[in-house]
Amino acid sequence: MPSQADQHKPGAERKYGDKYKLIGKNYQTADLVAKVTGKAKYAEDFRVDGMLFCKLLLSPLPHARVKHIDARKALAIPGVKAILTADELPAPADSLTDLGTVIKANPRGERALTNEPLYQGEPVLAVAAVDELTAAEAIEALDVDFEPLPFVLDPLDSLRPGGPNPRVEGNIWVQAPPPPTKPGERPPSPPPPDVGELKWTKEDFAEADQGRMPMGKTRDEWSYGDVEQGFKNAALVLDESFVTPDTSHQTLETRSALAYWQNGKVYVHTGTQSTVQTVPALARWLHLDPSQVVLVSEYTGGGFGSKVTAAISAIIPALLSKKANAPVMMRISREEEHFIGRGRPSLLGRLKVGFAKDGRITALDMFVICNTGPYDAVGDAGAAGRIVSLLYQPAAMRWRGATIMTNTPPRGPQSAPGGMQGIVMMEPIMGKAARKLSLDQVAIRRINCPEGKAEFGPAQNGKRTHCTSSFIKDALDRGAEQFRWKERIANKPNQQGSKRRGLGVSVSCFFGGSTGYDGLFLVKPDGRIAIQSGIGNLGTESVIDCHRVVAEELGIPWEKCDLTWGNTSQNLPWTCVSGGSQTTHAMTRAAHAAAADARQKLQEIATKTLGGKPENYVVANERVFAKGGRGMTLAQAAQQAIKLGGKYDGHEAPDDVNKYTKASVAALAGQGLVAVAKDKYPHDGTSMSFVASFAEVEVDVETGKYHILDFLAYADVGTVLDPRALGGQVLGRSILGIGHAIGQKWVFDPHYGQMISRRFYQNKPPTILDLPVNMQWAALDIPDPETPVGARGIGEPPVGGGCASVLNALTDAVGDDVIRRAPVNADTILASLEAGRPAQDPLTAHI
Amino acid sequence: MAVIRDVMPAFELLQPSSVADAQHLLARYGSDGWVLAGGLDSFDWLKDRIKKPKAVIDLSGIHELKGIRSTADGIEIGAMTTLTEVAQNPVIKQKYSLLSQSAELVASPQIRNQGTIGGNVSQDTRCWYYRGGWPCYRAGGNICYADTPVARNREHAILEAERCVAVNPSDTAPALIALDAKFVIRTAKGERVVDAEGYYVAPDRDITRLTILQAGDLLTAIRIPSAWAGAEFYFEKVRDRNVWDFPLLNVASAMFTSGNTIDKIRIAVNAAAARPLRLKKVEDAVRGKQRSAETGEIAGKLSVQGAVPLQFNAYKIPLMRNLVKRSITGVANGGQEAAWAS
Repeated sequence: MPSQADQHKPGAERKYGDKYKLIGKNYQTADLVAKVTGKAKYAEDFRVDGMLFCKLLLSPLPHARVKHIDARKALAIPGVKAILTADELPAPADSLTDLGTVIKANPRGERALTNEPLYQGEPVLAVAAVDELTAAEAIEALDVDFEPLPFVLDPLDSLRPGGPNPRVEGNIWVQAPPPPTKPGERPPSPPPPDVGELKWTKEDFAEADQGRMPMGKTRDEWSYGDVEQGFKNAALVLDESFVTPDTSHQTLETRSALAYWQNGKVYVHTGTQSTVQTVPALARWLHLDPSQVVLVSEYTGGGFGSKVTAAISAIIPALLSKKANAPVMMRISREEEHFIGRGRPSLLGRLKVGFAKDGRITALDMFVICNTGPYDAVGDAGAAGRIVSLLYQPAAMRWRGATIMTNTPPRGPQSAPGGMQGIVMMEPIMGKAARKLSLDQVAIRRINCPEGKAEFGPAQNGKRTHCTSSFIKDALDRGAEQFRWKERIANKPNQQGSKRRGLGVSVSCFFGGSTGYDGLFLVKPDGRIAIQSGIGNLGTESVIDCHRVVAEELGIPWEKCDLTWGNTSQNLPWTCVSGGSQTTHAMTRAAHAAAADARQKLQEIATKTLGGKPENYVVANERVFAKGGRGMTLAQAAQQAIKLGGKYDGHEAPDDVNKYTKASVAALAGQGLVAVAKDKYPHDGTSMSFVASFAEVEVDVETGKYHILDFLAYADVGTVLDPRALGGQVLGRSILGIGHAIGQKWVFDPHYGQMISRRFYQNKPPTILDLPVNMQWAALDIPDPETPVGARGIGEPPVGGGCASVLNALTDAVGDDVIRRAPVNADTILASLEAGRPAQDPLTAHI
Repeated sequence: MAVIRDVMPAFELLQPSSVADAQHLLARYGSDGWVLAGGLDSFDWLKDRIKKPKAVIDLSGIHELKGIRSTADGIEIGAMTTLTEVAQNPVIKQKYSLLSQSAELVASPQIRNQGTIGGNVSQDTRCWYYRGGWPCYRAGGNICYADTPVARNREHAILEAERCVAVNPSDTAPALIALDAKFVIRTAKGERVVDAEGYYVAPDRDITRLTILQAGDLLTAIRIPSAWAGAEFYFEKVRDRNVWDFPLLNVASAMFTSGNTIDKIRIAVNAAAARPLRLKKVEDAVRGKQRSAETGEIAGKLSVQGAVPLQFNAYKIPLMRNLVKRSITGVANGGQEAAWAS
């Protein structure tokens, strides 16, 4: 339990990692000084001899066909070097799974440039010139004939009988099931998805005018338990509609890219969340072998899911560079980033939830429509169902969903994709139920939340999946204590003047880890440790933090460890993508496996050199030694490894590591003791992390303006690896969620199909002054039982809680019916209160 | 011609060191010239390549346009004085705190360090259709895109709309109107001094501009008379974010009372119409009345008479009613708000 003193200190001052020397301790990461002094070089900071700049022509229309491009005037401008159109792009390429299955390319998928733009702002062509100004003037000198085509922005408009389609062929992806796998053969390739049409009936829309989410047929559905019986047994049944916002990822580093070709290889400098796995992505987009691609990405200015393997637009400078025979820099402007930078999809939902008298959920019927934009279907609708199923543990549940295409910018995964929206839809219902049943808000969440290896989602092959561990109850209890929940409830002032206080709590969770990646480091002949990190430096510090496990396990001072990251020519191991908050879990496991490999090799080298049995040798204090007997330094052991060769110095690599890792091991061979291993640790369940979030707000009911007075996020993330970085994630991602509650949005003119919120001051990401001065965080620090270090990911789990705790605090202050969509601004509150409390335009995502 | 935005175009940058030189340059370039103060409004227009002047005349090197001076009857503020200086000036804080309060709530600290008082009162509207380069009435076209049955217009006008429904977004303008400030304009014919409220034009008079400034004119200074020094002031701005945001609505009032009777009062609001509105009818109605909740209610209701909401801005009517009420009763919205003032 936190002490009294702890309650008033920032969480980072709490003590974590009692059992460890390095894990759970604050330290200065190797990239810190460069970041805070501005010496860190992001993609657009690079300059190469002879470098050209390129600019893009974006589609002015939400859906159109390029009939004709006249570039004569543009190309005649002095300094204009090349133009690239969609006709010159490589065709979409198939990809290969680890099992050897070919995934057929989707011929209708997104490409870097297009002749049929499906959203306003979609890149149509690119021009390279000696400088940016000349390139921009060349774009203005183009004569492009666009034929306007029908468009639709709101999925409900497209679902109406006779409603417009975003694509000529329809509004929904149709994926035929893959053919059955024959025994002993590889799974056959699934056919590429097709575009179909989904329309609802007039009757389906009967309730839409009253602001209730219409429910027509969907393509996807699952259920477990007896939902109907659950509702019959319920003491209270709520049936609520809720609409969540579309929000840009708003990475401060836009997706700028520099590319050039040298000796048959393309060098690409660009921000990415995942260093190693961006190589195969670029290779596929460019039709190259991965060995022909070098990625440089030492620093990335934010991703939040929008740069999992960089962005397909990065191939534009690569192709222009080839064509112009010069390096090409593409600096993406803020305007362009708003169009191509991805966004979280709005989810339009309707949830019917049955509660027993004690607040236990007896049945849950969830219906969601996801607005995915014009390209690939994001998984938010499905994830929303699975996360709600885990977090609230309904005794029976049905989920139905459809992901609808529209002529709005392409969506991508954004921090807790789907999970966040599911929580934001569910939490106000929990709040309302607690008020109706006269239950405490913490108590109703406590009675429903998962515990231990809780099951969730539908059964597959007769079995439901479960999480590796959940201690969210403890997080709720400790969080309530630290937030002084009961005291605040008891002392909540009545309305003072025009001010009303509100208190909110929310539970939250998301995926927190994967398995099966490779760890790689060297013990050098001088005794230093050279750690190879294939993790992207996306701001979470996992690029460095995960490798603390190597030093911890082998008892090596952190100062003796040198880290290589951010350049794929530097022989990095196969690494997970940094998406889905999997890195901390996956790569601490890989680091642990590589450390175990090093220990074993050190023991074997000592045995070969000094005699005895391997198991009698201990690795500690930068030595390998027999207890009370002879030993050698790590430097000596590394020198010996080089003499021994074979697996000891990397001339042989384990069979089971990825071929990418094998190539890196081969390149490093002979430089010292090479420790390399794949994570094969057992793992039972799906790794999930949890957060309990608490917020207090004050609403001025005469203006609608409100302030967040206080906020606490209490995390269940397993072992705490790096408290400062963890705190940054817990609060930073809470703020990302809070942004969805207090103002972040896209706004379109529905008649013209144009986005009108194109700048920060218009789409309003939260500022630091929108947040309470003393936001707090803490973590349970209970190890996950299914991973050797016990650490899980944390990037995404806080997001839903950040948003929902604030929404819950607002409804506590102004009433349940005022808020039916997010974000909530002064106008939302005031318009509703003034009109007698109906929610304002409840089914409209963009105002 | 294809469109590209967010790339600063080339232009001639001219940096005169006197008002006379600036006027000379403005006369030479005529409609091809662009006056640059702090740049917060200008650079958006320029980098979006919507306004394409040949020459930008940068006033930042003109010393005579900077600084705050005491005069025989009050103070004079050079048009190029930064908003930070205005917000922090001790004399303004002591005697005309209505202005320092309003300046303190403009945008963000960085913008206030760069932005000027002259620029803040002269800035163009932020209607997102107009600023996006849509060819609307204000841009010389023949349609208002913000006033269609489905247009997005939560930030637009509830009063005085005439074809165009854009609003003036200045925070300092209503404070200056309430303080009965005078704006000093240098024209080709000489100096002209106008009342603050007379500086602004509604769309029925000229739909393409928000102020009376014509090509070649320069706002050089703002004079605040001592008549309202030390009055009771009220300023409130309601915005979506606590920093870096334009007003959804703001209100400014200056009042002298004797006992509890309102002797003298001036009230103005902004972001309700294309110009900051002085609420003369309200002033007349409450003068001589008790300063009470009841008077506040009357004032609030009176202030929104004739207001016409658009599809998404009906909330501005109760917002204005309540803000005007508060500006009479002076019931500040609590100390809490000050903690977020930035």
